[in-house]
Amino acid sequence: MKVEEKDKILDIRDLDVSFKTSAGTVHALRGVNIDLYRGETVAIVGESGSGKSVTMKAAMGLLSSNATVNGGKILFKYKDENGNMTEVDILEKDTKWIRKNINGRHMAMVFQDPMTSLDPTMTIGMQIIETIRQYKDVSMKEARSMAVELLREVGITEPEKRLPCYPHQFSGGMRQRVAIAIALSCDPDLLICDEPTTALDVTIQAKFLELILRLQKERGISVIYITHDLGVVAKVADYVNVMYAGKIVEVGNVDEIFYEPAHPYTWGLLSAMPDLDTDDSRLYSIPGSPPNLLHEVKGDAFAARNKYALVADFIECPPMFKISETHSAATWLLDPRAPKVEMPEELKKRIKRMKDGVKNDD
Amino acid sequence: MVKYILKRVGIAVLTLLIITFLLFVLVRIMPGNPFPSERMTDEAIAAKREEMGLNDPILVQFWAYMKNVLRGDFGKGTSLYNGAPIKTVLNKAMSNSFKIGGMAILLGTVVGLLLGIVAALNRDKFWDVFCSVFSILGVCVPAYVFLIFLQYTFAFKINLLPYFFDSTAFLESSVIPAISMSLFTMSTVARFTRNEMVEVIDSDYVLLAESKGMYGWQLVNRHILRNALIPVVTVLAPLIVDLLTGALVVEKIYGIQGIGKLMVDSISGEGIDYNYVLALAILYSALYIGIMLVLDIVYGLLDPRIRVSKKGGE
Repeated sequence: MKVEEKDKILDIRDLDVSFKTSAGTVHALRGVNIDLYRGETVAIVGESGSGKSVTMKAAMGLLSSNATVNGGKILFKYKDENGNMTEVDILEKDTKWIRKNINGRHMAMVFQDPMTSLDPTMTIGMQIIETIRQYKDVSMKEARSMAVELLREVGITEPEKRLPCYPHQFSGGMRQRVAIAIALSCDPDLLICDEPTTALDVTIQAKFLELILRLQKERGISVIYITHDLGVVAKVADYVNVMYAGKIVEVGNVDEIFYEPAHPYTWGLLSAMPDLDTDDSRLYSIPGSPPNLLHEVKGDAFAARNKYALVADFIECPPMFKISETHSAATWLLDPRAPKVEMPEELKKRIKRMKDGVKNDD
Repeated sequence: MVKYILKRVGIAVLTLLIITFLLFVLVRIMPGNPFPSERMTDEAIAAKREEMGLNDPILVQFWAYMKNVLRGDFGKGTSLYNGAPIKTVLNKAMSNSFKIGGMAILLGTVVGLLLGIVAALNRDKFWDVFCSVFSILGVCVPAYVFLIFLQYTFAFKINLLPYFFDSTAFLESSVIPAISMSLFTMSTVARFTRNEMVEVIDSDYVLLAESKGMYGWQLVNRHILRNALIPVVTVLAPLIVDLLTGALVVEKIYGIQGIGKLMVDSISGEGIDYNYVLALAILYSALYIGIMLVLDIVYGLLDPRIRVSKKGGE
């Protein structure tokens, strides 16, 4: 792998964020590392509350006012107005600077629920046009025709007629297409999709993912997917970050995560995927629930739910153990001193089935 | 939109008609006598009743009354002001109440909105706390308490403003009642605006707008205000009517010849003045329904979800 030669556009290092709430301080991110290279797709997978969205909101400068960044770096590389490559640490800039220079220029985001993410009292045309005019000095008329073009690009028929419509006149799938059009209107280098298909019909989900894949290829955008749907991950991602309790516990390319998972939490996630071919009629779920981040976590946060947990897991937080150039996982099981532990038999069978399935498809 | 307005107007007219009829019947079955009975003999009362047509069937009476009302004639008082035409008395009272009420509305809404907006934009900071304390006070303490307090401080202690209402010094003497009447509206509007704004600020579409690079006043102006103020319009209607029709106690204490005072007089005088009670009750209803109608239309203009039907999308 010639990782070093690729152009890294987003580099999140040891990001540590906590929130002040009425119940106390919630330590939401406990040192997150994410790499993203130009043109590639990274998925962040994890349960609700694992910190997926917070990480991306931090990158967008959208953290709510009760959030405190305790440390870390979010390095973002982009071409500035003069065409020079610039690298900034988002965390060092103030909100105004980020809004002016990063949001709507180089980074855009698509939110989970298209029913609530569009302004209900503004026409969809205006919502696209204002984004275009935000960073491009064009007349209303030019912006209008650009908006029409964008709507056509995301697959909305008769775009001229749709401009004066309001969001409530559109279906969920169409609204999500509009949201993409808004995100694309600034021609971003990085598109963050926060569970973009969760609120959509299953039949539309696939179409939607294909749309993003196509746009990504055409425009050379890097995409980050935040999702808990491993089906989406398998379909679109190049790299996968598995997140648990505010930490990345396993990172690797798609094949490594799906075929050679190393962290017991990833085993659990893969086992919990519904599957038609299984002999077992029970639906597997990971026992217990994620730790309450109001209290500091000692050792491996997953230890209490992990039947393979070692004594060390309860005492000290495991470091990332490197498995291959692209694959690493944070579990003491990978320590040379650890006893040899295999993934569960049922999961092995399932992975074999997945591999066979892929071969058959080819 | 035209259909929407026509429908609203139709409903408003029908409602007013039904209310007028109910009021008409209710006033007539109310115990008591419409005339100053102590000053009149039984024969005189009977003659007066016959003259006014009070012995006719109720529908006949209503028909006759409605014919006059539609011509703008509310008849004469049966016991008040020696039977002066209601129209003249009412005009004077309305002018006083509406002017002072109008000032209170303007003051209450503008200051209330500003306070609410400032509070929402400074959530959990000084202005937000100030706004909630102020709102609780304003809603809980009745207007006449403020009135007495202002009277005591600015009229009695430092002698800056008149102690009672004086129509020759209208402006000076309406400051105290207007301020004390506006506080309830101010507090309600401030609290409501603040809560709506906070909700909109936390919404996904504002997050999206921020992710598009909007910030500061641009964000507030384009995406927050409009969405937050639409619901505020709806709470304004009853507040406005309350203020226009005059606070009964405030008018009584401050000696304002307004609608509120007229209402009290027409019921608690020597006799229950049928025509005054009826005229005032119709005025109250008409105002209420009229303002609701106007706000419904404004609401429709502001909110595309009401104005624009589903067709056009898929």
